[in-house]
Amino acid sequence: MKIMVAIKRVVDYAVKIRVKPDKSGVETQNVKMSMNPFCEIALEEALRIKESGLASEVVAVSMGPPQCVDTIRTGLAMGADRGIHVEYPDALYPLSVAKLLKALVEVEKPGLLILGKQAIDDDCNQTGQMLAGLLRWPQGTFASKVILDKEKQAATVDREVDGGIETLSLDLPAVITTDLRLNQPRYATLPNIMKAKSKVVKKYTPQDLNVEIKADLEVVQVTEPPKRKVGVVLSSVDELIDKLKNEARVI
Amino acid sequence: MVTSFVHCSRGLRRSCSIRGAKMPSSYFSELRSAVQNGIRKSAAGCDGGVQSSVEVLVGQGKLWSGNLRCFHSVPSSAVSGLNVLLRPGTVFHSRSDSQLGLKRDYCSGVSPGYGLGIRNSRNCSNFSRGFLGKSRSFSSSGEGESIQYDVVIVGAGPAGLSAAIRLKQMCRGKDSDLSVCVVEKGAEVGAHILSGNVFEPRALDELIPQWKNEEAPINVPVSSDKFWFLTKDRAFSLPCPFDNKGNYVISLSQLVRWLGKKAEELGVEIYPGFAASEVLYDDDTVVGIKTNDMGISKDGTKKETFQQGVALKDFLDKVTREEVMMPDSSSTLQKSEITGRITLLAEGCRGSLSEKLLRKFNLREKGHGQHQTYALGIKEVWEIEEHKHKPGSVIHTLGWPLDNKTYGGSFLYHMNDRQVSLGFVVALNYGNPYLNPYEEFQKLKHHPAIKCLLDGGSVLQYGARTLNEGGFQSIPFPVFPGGAIIGCSAGFLNVPKIKGTHTAMKSGMLAAEAAFSALQEGSSMDMYWDALRKSWIWEELRLARNYRPAFEYGLLPGLGVSAFEHYVFKGRLPFTLKHGKPDHEATDVAKRHPPIEYPRPDGTLSFDVPTSLHRSNTNHDHDQPPHLRLRDPTVPERVNLPEYAGPESRYCPARVYEYVPDEEGKLKLHINAQNCLHCKACDIKDPKQNIEWTVPEGGGGPGYSIM
Repeated sequence: MKIMVAIKRVVDYAVKIRVKPDKSGVETQNVKMSMNPFCEIALEEALRIKESGLASEVVAVSMGPPQCVDTIRTGLAMGADRGIHVEYPDALYPLSVAKLLKALVEVEKPGLLILGKQAIDDDCNQTGQMLAGLLRWPQGTFASKVILDKEKQAATVDREVDGGIETLSLDLPAVITTDLRLNQPRYATLPNIMKAKSKVVKKYTPQDLNVEIKADLEVVQVTEPPKRKVGVVLSSVDELIDKLKNEARVI
Repeated sequence: MVTSFVHCSRGLRRSCSIRGAKMPSSYFSELRSAVQNGIRKSAAGCDGGVQSSVEVLVGQGKLWSGNLRCFHSVPSSAVSGLNVLLRPGTVFHSRSDSQLGLKRDYCSGVSPGYGLGIRNSRNCSNFSRGFLGKSRSFSSSGEGESIQYDVVIVGAGPAGLSAAIRLKQMCRGKDSDLSVCVVEKGAEVGAHILSGNVFEPRALDELIPQWKNEEAPINVPVSSDKFWFLTKDRAFSLPCPFDNKGNYVISLSQLVRWLGKKAEELGVEIYPGFAASEVLYDDDTVVGIKTNDMGISKDGTKKETFQQGVALKDFLDKVTREEVMMPDSSSTLQKSEITGRITLLAEGCRGSLSEKLLRKFNLREKGHGQHQTYALGIKEVWEIEEHKHKPGSVIHTLGWPLDNKTYGGSFLYHMNDRQVSLGFVVALNYGNPYLNPYEEFQKLKHHPAIKCLLDGGSVLQYGARTLNEGGFQSIPFPVFPGGAIIGCSAGFLNVPKIKGTHTAMKSGMLAAEAAFSALQEGSSMDMYWDALRKSWIWEELRLARNYRPAFEYGLLPGLGVSAFEHYVFKGRLPFTLKHGKPDHEATDVAKRHPPIEYPRPDGTLSFDVPTSLHRSNTNHDHDQPPHLRLRDPTVPERVNLPEYAGPESRYCPARVYEYVPDEEGKLKLHINAQNCLHCKACDIKDPKQNIEWTVPEGGGGPGYSIM
């Protein structure tokens, strides 16, 4: 069985982000980029499934500008067998990504798709769900545990939901999106990084996959959250009530 | 210990016997079990036997052999060694993914004709590299993997990358090839690079003459040069001692990133995120480095993500290859002597491995003899209002807020994009243990002359790093058996010019040239020392040698002597001033000084340490053993706190060291290793030299991009 993992190149989580002066987005020039942490967890899960013998191949897919190949190489260094890069210079929104992944699924025919639950740059949490909808495959999102059953061709997924943990059984092929507590991703070791250089990364464009990218979302403005105002020391309860009533207008 | 095959040549004079009784690696334990299980133990001379199992191993280990017929004899006890005999003329080749290496040294003469030994040895190298072209071999030892390169460079900074680029350029020139590997502890190239920086392109012009056409991030020429003496409220213009014509205001982090790209284009392998944590020796020769183990938790146990460190070793030492006939062809190998194992340490100021080697090989005494002196530089990059921004404007200040006994000053360089580099440098031989360089920097920003520039602006990044101030007097002998120290790890910064990038790059280039001839022609790395002394680095540093030591006598005498040096003597004084006490000894006891009250940060011009730290993008995995080691854990509470009022809690620009009351109310030292900016101030300034800075897991530390 082949597993396809979608990974996204995002601003590194440790970087302090800054809004561009024209408020059109976040400054990404000269900023460290790395693999989305949830995608790392997804890839780690795919690798563990492969190492347990239930899968034959792990394919890492990324979409975006040419630098995405670096992220794919990191994935290959972690242990993925092949990489696929869909080259597209502009921003890709979840629906477009889902459509591209659907086209790739028709080419690669994987038995399982694992994605991160959301990207840390847009926090959309939509791609996995939209993809499952387009493919009409079952989905297990926010997975905190995944157990595969090869004979029954099903996956048991523990989902972290607001009320607790929900356990679902999904027939394969299925889409799983990973949550934080699923696993601890491995380090890419130096020898593996060297070996990854020789692994294949196949390039596609949206035209190759017959997918038309429509910009269905438009970012109007990006601003920083309002700065926390300095606190004021009050002298009596009456003053507090007065301020709450007249300044903050909450009572 | 790793076992190795050694090739036998025709008319074999030396066949190998096994020396060393260490257990073979897991890889070779397979050989052992194959031998013990299926193959009869026979005395040498019997045919057959091991061939099938060795071929199995050949398949596994991807070791490609010629006409191989093995003989073996196995001692009846646990295999402490193995004799495998080969028909002469059999050649072992290792391909780029082979698992075995060859080590000639362990060959000893037994009998002519057949002989090959599997020897337990620590060093493997790729013997066949010569005629297979560049290849790299992997070998597994019980302790982890090791990878061989011709040259291993620690640190992807200006010196390390210049050395790598120069090596590859020379390879192209002479139509040969060397495998060069650069390991860098930062998460990406440039992440740990911090510098003023007014760049003198002298070394870059020699390294990459066409840098202007290659989109080097050097585009702001110096447009004005000012030198101010500050008092609390005023700034007095002094005649500017610098001559920055032809220099550029740059971000060194960006330049290093560009150099990294150039190096990779030439075929250098750069591996960011890997920290070199120990030096590997063979007897007393450095043969390489080992990267940190990853995935160890705070208490020292291995986590599930544990990965052993990888040893990066240098190429084979003295091997004389005789003419060897390939079994099926009649091609002949060239007779050549490959000598030299080269490890270049380019860790920057107070490099952790460099310091160990400087001590081990007594390199300071062998050099110019004086100890190194240091300063701590704290820097912020601001984005200021458009109308205040003058690209290329260079300002240096002296005086306030430091007193007459403390050497230091500030710099303000205008880059492009409305960005301004603002920094504060304090020499670490200050006496008052209550001095807090970070807070002095925050004070400085409130000076009217500086405040007016910064008002309306915002801070983009923050960082700190120590720098060398020892100059000519402190240059160590930079060559050790097996390699050399380049860049600020040795210390080539020109203190009056406050520039060290160009000399660091040049030292890297000279070391590369020495390494190249050491590897190709067998000369000694001492050529690097000779080359340094004949180069412009030497003359430049010699002329600049008396400026900084003059300040030992105070600010005004120092300024006076510097003025004389600069305008009259120009370095031609017949004597050389000595440095004062080493920085850590210069710290005075706390009772002789009043505590300094620093103003609270206002949040727009001055900030508290956590806010600033957040801007450095510093991060370490929290669940790892602390990388700041106390040689004696009782010293902080016993000595530092009572006698010196805990200076580490004041000079550390990242608030790593804090004295916190424990349950009984007694103050105890708490180390927040996660905050560390890798500046090395604690390693330098701790009065009893009790704090040892070691390298944390690779990939951690600050994330500078425009510093």
